[in-house]
Amino acid sequence: MDLSLTGEQAALVAALGDLYGTHASPERVRAAEPLGFDKGLWDQLLALGLIEMAVDEDADHRASEVDLALAAEQQGRAVAPAPVIEAQVAARVLAAVGSPALEPVLAGERLVTIALHPVNGGAARAVPAAAVADDAVVFDGERLLLVPLEGARTPFENVGAQPLADVAVPADAHVLATGAEALAVHEEAVDDWLRLTAAALVGIGARALELGVAYVKERKAWGVPIGSFQSVAHNLADAATAIDGARLLAQEAAWAHDVDDPRAAELTALAFAVATEAARDASYKALHFHGGYGFTLEYDVQLYWRRARAWAAVWGEPAAAYRRAADARYGRTA
Amino acid sequence: MDFRLGPNADALRAEVAAFMEDFLTPERVESYYRSGVSHDPAFTQELIARGWFAAGWSKEEGGSERDPLEMHVFMEELMRHDAPTYANGVSLQVAKAITYGGSELLRREIVPKILRAEVICALGFSEPGAGSDVANAQLRATRDGDDWLINGSKMFTTNAHLADYIFVLTRSNPDVPKHKGLTMFLVPTDSPGFEYQAVYTVSGERTNITFYNDVSVPDTYRIGEVDGGWRVMTAALQDEHGAAFGVRTERLLAEAEAWAQESGRIEDPDVRTRLARVAAETEVSLLLQRRAHWMTETGTVPEAEAPMAKLYSSEALVRASEDLADLMGPDALRSYFDPTAPRNGYVEHMARFALGTTIYAGTSEVQRNIIAQRGLGLPR
Repeated sequence: MDLSLTGEQAALVAALGDLYGTHASPERVRAAEPLGFDKGLWDQLLALGLIEMAVDEDADHRASEVDLALAAEQQGRAVAPAPVIEAQVAARVLAAVGSPALEPVLAGERLVTIALHPVNGGAARAVPAAAVADDAVVFDGERLLLVPLEGARTPFENVGAQPLADVAVPADAHVLATGAEALAVHEEAVDDWLRLTAAALVGIGARALELGVAYVKERKAWGVPIGSFQSVAHNLADAATAIDGARLLAQEAAWAHDVDDPRAAELTALAFAVATEAARDASYKALHFHGGYGFTLEYDVQLYWRRARAWAAVWGEPAAAYRRAADARYGRTA
Repeated sequence: MDFRLGPNADALRAEVAAFMEDFLTPERVESYYRSGVSHDPAFTQELIARGWFAAGWSKEEGGSERDPLEMHVFMEELMRHDAPTYANGVSLQVAKAITYGGSELLRREIVPKILRAEVICALGFSEPGAGSDVANAQLRATRDGDDWLINGSKMFTTNAHLADYIFVLTRSNPDVPKHKGLTMFLVPTDSPGFEYQAVYTVSGERTNITFYNDVSVPDTYRIGEVDGGWRVMTAALQDEHGAAFGVRTERLLAEAEAWAQESGRIEDPDVRTRLARVAAETEVSLLLQRRAHWMTETGTVPEAEAPMAKLYSSEALVRASEDLADLMGPDALRSYFDPTAPRNGYVEHMARFALGTTIYAGTSEVQRNIIAQRGLGLPR
């Protein structure tokens, strides 16, 4: 067993920590609301090669799944307004089907995202990043399609200040794959998204917890720091334990994918469920222990409370992830 | 990163599991349960014959030099198979403490006997009026020439009725802050003035209350400095902090899954959701435990991380046992080893067993204090 980071992984984490610290400060995150996209930040991330490393044909340059999970955790810590995970997952889809649409993505000319749920009634609903992307990969139950978003999208404001949009899927959309291949590639993409989003949610929860801990050390009531009260300290200890557990599980799922472990799909769905619950709980407690200030928009903790919910909910609730894990563990029901 | 435990650990697990499945027949496990005592000399002899008894000790000491991760795997398999090991585990813990702070006499005379399983030790820490606040011990030790006189009582001295020695925490100096007036002794149970009474628990495990009435102990049976008992206790309890219950939940889940498959309920989406939740909490329990062992192996003391493993895995076992009992409905009421009980009544048993796990080896509240203070840096 080895839970340590390689030198390269530690360098990646440090570089992203610095980059997000500069280009996704809480001020920048607020300034990007309500759309939830910062073009300056996005250009920095592209320049760092964060999308390319998910699909690089040269195995020496391609990031491992653990690398991507570590990067996603940093994104979550900053609640960074840039659709890194969607772009990485969509790029992998384009690479998997050998689409020429990958090239402009890697050149930074087009931003391609992915719809997590199949088309229903001619539309893909609540597609992440669709309010700012150029194209979306969409699965209609039979075919994997590439849909230009100009004129096809209806963005909507949302609790997480994310660039979400409903997407109308035209009958003549470009076909990337059909039949069993389309289904398999889309399932794989959803797994990738769940796994990386689990890591991002761990980052959200971990940072929210830090904000809560810092606040209860400073804030006094009845003459003592409120963090000395067991009702406060014990709740935060539980949240810290849950976040550590969620991080280990998200990293194990990423490692399992890297080594083709037969439990990879199950661990991925479990990691998403556990990370969603841990991030929601940590951000709730951190906000709550700020007292009335936590409820104001001036404190940063609310940024985390909203995204802990929204980043996960575009796919679905924890119970749905548990059922997905059960499908992997017990086989699908008839 | 690598989440595998390694070929040595995997091979050991397979070997240990094969032996357990062979030796620990349902009849034997039932007899341990009915007796309430987690000890079987025949089983212990089998461990000794395989070099597994003092597996973490050096070869000169009679052990087999297993590393912390191998020991972790070994302990997991003991737990998974309900092996009767509590008296063994405690005795070895006491041997560690004697090695750490015992007199030449005790190290020469007692430790080799413990490592050959010729003597059994029990712990005398808690008192009727001091549980989690163990440093508040009131059982008195007073100087009596070259000897000490011990007076008072201890609670939860499990296996006192089998033990040859009790590792006892005493109040040697009542006039200094409570942590600074404690001294540890090894008390022979055949000492005049020592008595015990059985105390039975909800899980079926038997423990004892013990009484010390002018029990005389030679100074050579002191472990550590006079008034230095807290340091010895802390060192002895380091191992206990490794206590965690992920494997219990894993076994419980396996029984519930077998029930769900046999009854056809496995097709029910609600059943699947709930089983998968237990699978998630099992995985997290095991990961937190293994992280603590990995830290120990790589030279870092898991100050907050071991308490996280103990806290999470015990609370998860309580949640899982309650929820899986709910899932099975009235059948979950049928008692452990009752012939009409599904899966031998294991779920019924765990619902009771789980109660103790959030209490002993440091309650959940104590674990949360440690995590808050040492992990998060919150003020006392």
